[in-house]
Amino acid sequence: MEGPLFYLFSIAMLACALVVIIARNPVTSAIFLALVFFFMAGLFVLLHAFFLAAVQVLVYAGAILVLFLFVIMLLNLPREEGRHRSPAGVLAFGLTLVLLPLGLGSLAIHEGAVPASMAEPGTTENVGRLLFSKYMLPFEVASLLLLAAMIGVILLSKKEGK
Amino acid sequence: MIPLNLYILVSTGLFSIGIAGVVLRRNTLVVLMSLELILNASNLALVAAARAWGNLDGQIFVFFTITVAAAEVAVGLAILVALFRRKQTVQMDDVTTLKL
Repeated sequence: MEGPLFYLFSIAMLACALVVIIARNPVTSAIFLALVFFFMAGLFVLLHAFFLAAVQVLVYAGAILVLFLFVIMLLNLPREEGRHRSPAGVLAFGLTLVLLPLGLGSLAIHEGAVPASMAEPGTTENVGRLLFSKYMLPFEVASLLLLAAMIGVILLSKKEGK
Repeated sequence: MIPLNLYILVSTGLFSIGIAGVVLRRNTLVVLMSLELILNASNLALVAAARAWGNLDGQIFVFFTITVAAAEVAVGLAILVALFRRKQTVQMDDVTTLKL
């Protein structure tokens, strides 16, 4: 069951990612980005990272994507008009898409590392135990980072001359 | 059992799609979305490697990457909105100089 699901999730995720970068309308890009996040969460579940799958859906699809949609609706952007495509640009696009993963992937094909079967699953309890003991300092620093980001956003969105 | 290199291959594919989006699109919103694709690709590689190595350190890393990505998107979109208020555009071609 894991094999077909892996192929289904990865191919669907890559297809949705392609739509994200190709679509004319930014709302279309945002919706397919949400699909990418959901398929990624499915891949996390296949990798036994259950806590991260939930966090992925909550934070990425539930907060970051909603923020994107707010901004798209706030700015009320028109559909992007089709610009003339330079052949060099399309060629660069195609080459990047095809050669980079194939080239790097072929280097890795001979080394077939199998995931450890005795690994502890990434349940909330296991991740939490690690997060609050070994990685306590980065946890607290991350909260400071979020505070700094919040202050920055508030300052950036103040109206002029106030 | 899916071998680790297949997960890395998928991660590399997603990463290159993200890079193509950042380089080739002119709408700043789509560029920011492609940045999220890049970050997700590296998250996938980290989680797959965590499973291959048998410990959860990779998943802790992903936890912090998601946090940083959220902060970065918030600040990036705030910059975008402030820029839009000034110039009424989100096309990157119109903000190529540092003049406002």
